[in-house]
Amino acid sequence: MISILVLALPLCAVLVALGVGWRPWMPWAGVAADAAVVVAGFAVALRDVHHVAPTGAGGELRIDSLSAFMVIVIGVVSMLASWGSVRYLRSEVRSEQCTPRQAVQYAALIQLFVATMVLAVLAANIGILWVAIEATTITTTFLVGHRRNRGALEASWKYIVLCSVGIALAFLGTVLVYLAAVHAGGHSLHALEWTWLSAHAHALNPAVMRLAVGLLVLGYGTKVGLVPMHSWLPDAHSQSPAPVSALMSGVLLSVAFYALLRFKVIAVLCLGESYPRELFVAMALLSLALASLLLLTQRDLKRALAYSSTEHMGLLALGAAAGGPLAITGVLLHILGHGLAKGVLFLSSGEVALADATSDVDAAGGLLERRPALGGAVALGLAALLGFPPFSLFLSELTMMRGEVADHMAWAVGLSLVALAIAFAGLTTLGRRLLFASRPGQATGLHTPLLVMAPLVVGLSLCAAIGVFAWPFDAIVHAAAKLVTS
Amino acid sequence: MTNHSVAAALLALTSGTVLLCAALALWRRAARGIVSALRVQGYALAATAAVLGVQLHEPLLLVTSGLLVAVKGVAIPMLFGRLVRLDPASSETDPVVNVPASLVAAVVLTLVAFVATRPIVESVRGVPITLVPFGFATVLIGFFVLVARRKAVSQMVGLLLVDNGIGLVALLLTTGVPLLIELGGTLDVLLVVVVLRVLVTRMHAQLGVLDLDSLQELRD
Repeated sequence: MISILVLALPLCAVLVALGVGWRPWMPWAGVAADAAVVVAGFAVALRDVHHVAPTGAGGELRIDSLSAFMVIVIGVVSMLASWGSVRYLRSEVRSEQCTPRQAVQYAALIQLFVATMVLAVLAANIGILWVAIEATTITTTFLVGHRRNRGALEASWKYIVLCSVGIALAFLGTVLVYLAAVHAGGHSLHALEWTWLSAHAHALNPAVMRLAVGLLVLGYGTKVGLVPMHSWLPDAHSQSPAPVSALMSGVLLSVAFYALLRFKVIAVLCLGESYPRELFVAMALLSLALASLLLLTQRDLKRALAYSSTEHMGLLALGAAAGGPLAITGVLLHILGHGLAKGVLFLSSGEVALADATSDVDAAGGLLERRPALGGAVALGLAALLGFPPFSLFLSELTMMRGEVADHMAWAVGLSLVALAIAFAGLTTLGRRLLFASRPGQATGLHTPLLVMAPLVVGLSLCAAIGVFAWPFDAIVHAAAKLVTS
Repeated sequence: MTNHSVAAALLALTSGTVLLCAALALWRRAARGIVSALRVQGYALAATAAVLGVQLHEPLLLVTSGLLVAVKGVAIPMLFGRLVRLDPASSETDPVVNVPASLVAAVVLTLVAFVATRPIVESVRGVPITLVPFGFATVLIGFFVLVARRKAVSQMVGLLLVDNGIGLVALLLTTGVPLLIELGGTLDVLLVVVVLRVLVTRMHAQLGVLDLDSLQELRD
């Protein structure tokens, strides 16, 4: 019941958008729906902390602690992004960058996108999961191409083609899992369920599963933005409207990563610890190395943030590779913290781009002096992303690394620290130029509207609060981590 | 000839046609010809599902077959139709890899598919299982089209070749995934084609060509 409710909330906002047409207040419906998703997620998560009894609806949907945690993450980041969209749509319509009809389309697609992500984490079986993840690609392509210029066209083409190829590989992997499951005595839809697969993992044909796991990791890894299938990510993130980038980077990547987390449990049960770990470590280290090196050369704020996403997904993959309770707790906490910090930064990048018509850091230099409030939010967001306390990314990165050492992966921690140091250098250089390098004669002390600042302040406060106060996330994250710990 | 061997022969014929159409898509230069190959491939895939359905007395597979005819045989080629008319002269005049070399590559990829699928074919026995390499070969040829062809329409065809190949593998290995998943997957593919078509129309309106080489601004 509750899972259908969670799914229906964003769909209601879609209906509102399509029903009332363009009104300046219309985008608020999405904010309200996403806030309600957060509340529903909390309700389930706090209940499951005490007695872990997943509830299902008709067998195809199922909500356990991990799903509930992901619902919270999706809800929080979507709420911030929808909040940012209110201002974005109003200014786009006022400046005639887009027609009211396109604004309605945008508002409806954003909430449809949220609904597909919710469906992915609530899916009880890997077939529905696949359909939902493919649907996220379809709903976001038009959002990436919302601006309708040449860059947006190129980015959306690359995005849909590459992600469809990736997701096709994942489908092939799903078919092979189904083959293994049918031969192990499974029947029809039942054989594709997470619970059935983990209960019968030892009986699955290892030769078939080896191939399947490889395809699934490569396929869903494409949507996560892991090297070698990452090349859509910097283009899509830099060309999309800022709230869309915030959603894609903040949660879409993590939702695909959630699929990898669940598949890894089955893979470990069937094939043992070493093969899945090798796959994850290889993709993690490649992503960390490439993303941190490319971060050094970036001049564009949004592209830099995109590469930072690949870097953080690499960190997550490394934590998942370790797979112990501590590492997984860190991974889940990091998903939430990264979503918040990246959401705030992408939303601010949109405001920078709106005022200066560019997200090139040198052209937008001296932000802290020109627009103190916005500059302050960017500075704090970068601090959060770089892992400074009190923000929760400090805690989660530390927890992941402690977990990796405990799982005998100290060498990988060493390598990831080198990549982190390089990324640190890249992002601080970029931040210094954006925030401080002011030019003589520019207007200073400009006001930033409350509507712009509110989601940024909320996002940063949440990120800091989670880093300082354990309650209620410690219990929720522990309960969720138990489900995907090997 | 027993019913069983007739079914086996028919399956070999239909799945062979799927692979043959992939090779045809590689051989033809004109967009119209490439789309025709895709249409025939859709029908061949549907026929595979129908033969399996009759052979195994599985009525749900006949539903799948009808779905495949409607989507892959009729709807998707129809969606391509307008794109082909948009740019009638559209053909692969200057592919990254020329046609004879592409066909050699197709042969090599087919051999690779036979070698790569041996662990599966040997570990899971059965008549249709031995035809699985045809599906894998189609997938690989689809990837090759995606890499080696630079026209927007050809890339869309490449994507669909990959999808049809996987569909064939799914049919032969497991007599198809459960109908609900098949339905969701087919709908997703149809929507992807619709979205791509909108993008191609925009590309034509903005740039006047359907050439992906004209879209190379974003890079590091």
